[in-house]
Formats: sequence, C-alpha cells, structure tokens
Amino acid sequence: MAEKGRNQGAENGYLLLAPTLLVMGLALAAPLALVAIYSLKTQSGIGLSDGWTLARYGEVLGRASYQVLFWRSLAVSGAVTLVTLVLAYPMAYFVAFRARRAKFLWLIALTIPFWTSYLLRVFSWKIILGFDGLINSGLMRLGLIDHPLTFLLYNPFAVVVTLAHAWAAFAILPIYVSLEKIDRALLEAATDLGDGPLRRFLRVTLPLSMPGVIGAAILIFVPTTGDYVTPTLVGGPAGSMIANMIEVQFGRIGNWPLGSALALVSMVAVAMVAGSFVLLARWAAAQVR
Amino acid sequence: MSFLSIKAVSKAFAGPPVVDNVDLEVPQGQFFTLLGPSGCGKTTLLRMIAGFETPDRGTISIDGEAMNDIPPHLRPTNMVFQNYAIFPHLNVFDNIAYGLRKQRLPKAELRARVEAMLATVRLEGLGGRGAGQLSGGQRQRVALARALVRRPKLLLLDEPLAALDKRLREAMQIELRALQRQVGITFLMVTHDQDEALSLADQVAVMSSGRILQIASPRELYERPNCREVADFIGQNNFFHATVKTIDADSVTVNAGLLGVVTLAKANVMCAVAPGDRLLLAIRPEDIAFDDAGLAGEIAAATFLGETSLFQVRVAGRSDPVIVSNYFDPPSKAVHLKFPPQFLIGLPEH
Repeated sequence: MAEKGRNQGAENGYLLLAPTLLVMGLALAAPLALVAIYSLKTQSGIGLSDGWTLARYGEVLGRASYQVLFWRSLAVSGAVTLVTLVLAYPMAYFVAFRARRAKFLWLIALTIPFWTSYLLRVFSWKIILGFDGLINSGLMRLGLIDHPLTFLLYNPFAVVVTLAHAWAAFAILPIYVSLEKIDRALLEAATDLGDGPLRRFLRVTLPLSMPGVIGAAILIFVPTTGDYVTPTLVGGPAGSMIANMIEVQFGRIGNWPLGSALALVSMVAVAMVAGSFVLLARWAAAQVR
Repeated sequence: MSFLSIKAVSKAFAGPPVVDNVDLEVPQGQFFTLLGPSGCGKTTLLRMIAGFETPDRGTISIDGEAMNDIPPHLRPTNMVFQNYAIFPHLNVFDNIAYGLRKQRLPKAELRARVEAMLATVRLEGLGGRGAGQLSGGQRQRVALARALVRRPKLLLLDEPLAALDKRLREAMQIELRALQRQVGITFLMVTHDQDEALSLADQVAVMSSGRILQIASPRELYERPNCREVADFIGQNNFFHATVKTIDADSVTVNAGLLGVVTLAKANVMCAVAPGDRLLLAIRPEDIAFDDAGLAGEIAAATFLGETSLFQVRVAGRSDPVIVSNYFDPPSKAVHLKFPPQFLIGLPEH
C-alpha cells in the first residue's frame, strides 16, 4: 500500500511537471540539440555539407579575435555582476532592515524601471552618457570641462553601466528575500556576544545572506554574458561581445555551424565560471567564524 | 548597593508604559526570577538590562557601573534567548567560541575554554555537530554554553525552558539550578511558568502590568502573598471577604461571613488595618480539610490529579465554589469544611 501510494505521488508530480517538461523539451532541449548538430557540420552555400567535423571548434578556439571576445564578455559581465551586487546589497539591506511599514512600496518602487521596455532603458543611458548628453552638457554648463568627455559612451564602461542598471532588480529581490529570512534574534545574539555592527554584519548577516547573493550573481552573470543588444547600442566596436559575433555568424555572414560552435563554447565557459563562483562563494562563507 | 540595581525604570512603546517605575535589587550570585503573565513587561525589563531597549527613565547599574550609555555589545551581560538563536551557519564549537573570537586568545586556550564549557553543559564530543542536527535540549545547552563561556557578570535568561517538552523541562530545571551553583554567576531569568520560578529561584519578583507586585523567596511568595494578584497567580487560592472587628498586640479578629469570627496572627495580615476595615482572606485548597463539622457544602465536581484530587464544593450563600485539595475522596457528596485559622492570610481588598 505504502509503496503504491508513493508511486502515485511520483506520478502526480510528473503530471504536474508535464506542461513545463513539454515546453522545456520543445523550446530548449530540441533547439540545443539542433545547435549541437549544426556545430559539427560545414557550411556550403546555403546548405550544410554531409560529413561530420570538429573543425568549427578548432576555429573557435584557435582564432585570437574570438578569444578576445570571449575574455571581454566574461570580464564585462563579471564587472556587471560585481557592480550590480555592490549597488544592490545596500538597497536590499535597507528594505529588509530599515524600511519598516513601507516595505511593499519600496519593493514596488525598486521594480519601476522594469515597467518600461528594455530598449528604452538602454536608449536613455545613451542620452545620459552621450557626446552631447546629460552628463557632458551638465558639466560643460557648470564650466567644469571644456570639451565633452568621450570615455562615457561606446566602450565597455558604457556596457557595464547600462547592464548594471538594467539588472538591478534581479539582484535586489533575491538578496532582499535572503536578508528578510534572517532571524532577528541571531543579530541580537551576535551583539550580545560582543560584536559591534560591522563585525556582526561580516559574521552573521553576510554569510546568512550568501544564498541570495549567489543566486543574484548567477541570475545576472549568465544572461549578461550572452547579451548582444546593449553592446550593439552603447558598446561601440571596443565594447562588442561574443554574442554579437554569434549574431553576425547566424545573420550577415551566414555561417551557422561556426555560430553554433561559438554558442556552445560560450555556454560551457559561462557554466564553468558560474560553477567556480558558486564553489568559491560557498568556501568563503564557510571560512567565517 | 547591590549587584544589579534598577532604579525607577520606565519604558513605553506606544501607549501605556510596558515597564512602570520599577525598582529592583539583585544580590550577587543569586538565581533571581522575574515571574509574570505574558505582556507584563518582564521581557522588556530583561532586554533593557541587556541593552536591546533603552529605558525612557531611570537607571540600570551592574556591579556599581551605570549601564545606560553602554551599548549592548560592551555590557558585562550575556543572554540565553527564548528560541536559543543558535547560529545556523556554524557548528556547535564555533557557536560557543563565537563570543571569544574577538578576544584573540591563543588557539590552544580558546579550544580549552570551549571544550571545558562543552563538558560543563554535558555536550562532550558534539563540538563538530552542525546547528541543524541538535535536539531541543542540546540547543538549549549550546545557548547556555555560548553565553557562559564569556564569563559574564550577569546571565540573562529569556524563558529558557519554554520551548522544551514537559519531561525535558523538568530535567533541565534541575540542571540549570546545579549549573548556576557551579559557575556562581548571577542568573536573572524571565518566565511565565510559576512552577519553574518556584523550583529554580532564590528570589522571585512577581510582575503585572509593568509593575513589581512582590519580591520574595518562593516559599514566602507561596505562603504569604502580599496581594490578591500574587495569591491568585501563584497556585490556587480561595478568597473570602471579611471585616476587621478588633486588633490585639499580635492578633487580628475578623468577621468573615460564612467562616464566622476568626482570629488571625498579625504576621499573617499583609497590610495595615484598623477596626472596621474590609479585608480579603485567602486560603490554599490543600489547607482546607474535610471534617465532621464546619461549613456545610456539596461536592459539585472532582478532578483526579494523581497524587491528589481537586474538589469543587458548592456552599450556600457563595457564588464561587470552594476549591479543596485532598488525598482521599470523602465518603459522601455532602461534606463539612474546616478552615484552620493559621492558614488564613489577610490581604488588602484590592
């Protein structure tokens, strides 16, 4: 009886999962398999050659220009992740610990930027950072600079700023949730045991909010590595990333096997970086006593 | 000046004061208990001593040192929290060592002190356990060890046994008492459980609505409560209205209605009286005897409690039943009650 009951529970579980599994199968697993197949082919005209080859992977790993793009993508999204976390943590902390009654309002307010379209947000950064944009005209009007600053737009810096702003809420919310879950008695216990505010934060609050920080980091790092809209609009030639190259391969150049190989290699690279980040963060949290 | 000295301390959050002009003196080395129903202000008082709340008025000093301007993390107190507040990301050893790390002790000394404390609370060999793998009783011991290892001048305990089941609670009561004797640190415990207060404490302060009603030893509190609230809160009591007739050098004679005219020892009258004053007489259920003669009544209900039974006796001319506790069931439902005058306590009427 018990055995049957348990099986029935499992069947019900799969039934509940079925819609998700169906969508994941059709929209994720199948295209991914297709990409894997493409990456083992050679483009010939508008079709594919018959044989199988690893030559595309050789191209991806061998060409220095691709490597530059890979490293830049990882560096830019790493910087975006870092900047976002550093900016988001204090905001999440404020809402979780300081905002007493208006918590809900604060949370809504933090998501307001997301009520507009992603493109609009990127364009508004263009207006702020541009050659005759908000910052430059403001500084010139104040007489602080004679010529517009040119390092603001069309470089990796602009990409980092824009993406960090775009993804802020994805960092704030998970960190907020993990901070909110911390039993306030633990903070009092730390104080009672002799910790001032800073030590208490480093020894109790930060380690206990680590799950939220790790979640936020992955939530930002993974999609920003593959972003190509922002680099296209504000990155300029020096700010273009691996996804731009993948887009070009599938689009203008029309070399789908090479694009597929690039996509798979960058996927593996992101997974490896994210995985080692999780391990590192866990290790760091375990060192706290 | 005593060890812990609280003078005219008041605290209000929003609305009426939670702690209202409290004075309290606790001598060094005592097991002192604040007893009261929930919401009486006892936990707020404890938290003010720990520094988590700031008094609106009054002073708190420990060992002669005023505490009002000292932040909680620098006070010579440590606290055992109600739900123990064990750090979930640390194992037992690191939980106990938590409050010592700042002192930068040599590694060997730190280890020795934590191990000694583990032995004191009988958790030898469990230092490596994760916080999530502990039973309720073990969590309580870790919380105690974590606080005591810092050798505080004053240990504060906020309902330390409330989260445990009855059996474990009783065992921990005995252990807690023995532990306090062993370490010699002054313990200040907050509880709403009168049995706990009576069995553990050297002295008990009974609180109600932010005020302290009586400070006395457990026996004194039980046998000679100073007002109706204390008499009612600690154990059970029967109350009778009376009027003072005459006052002698060491006795007071009252007219107590159903009980007739009774003479009380002056020591058993807890307030100043004059002839004609109204008085409230209190007597414990176990002090009332079934007898052949005396106040006639009828048993309305009986509750078997194991070693004794509790009887509700209806008496003509009184709305509340008289509660009587006895070892044996009386032979018939119609009974006579005897009220030995030495057990009657005279209390102010309100």
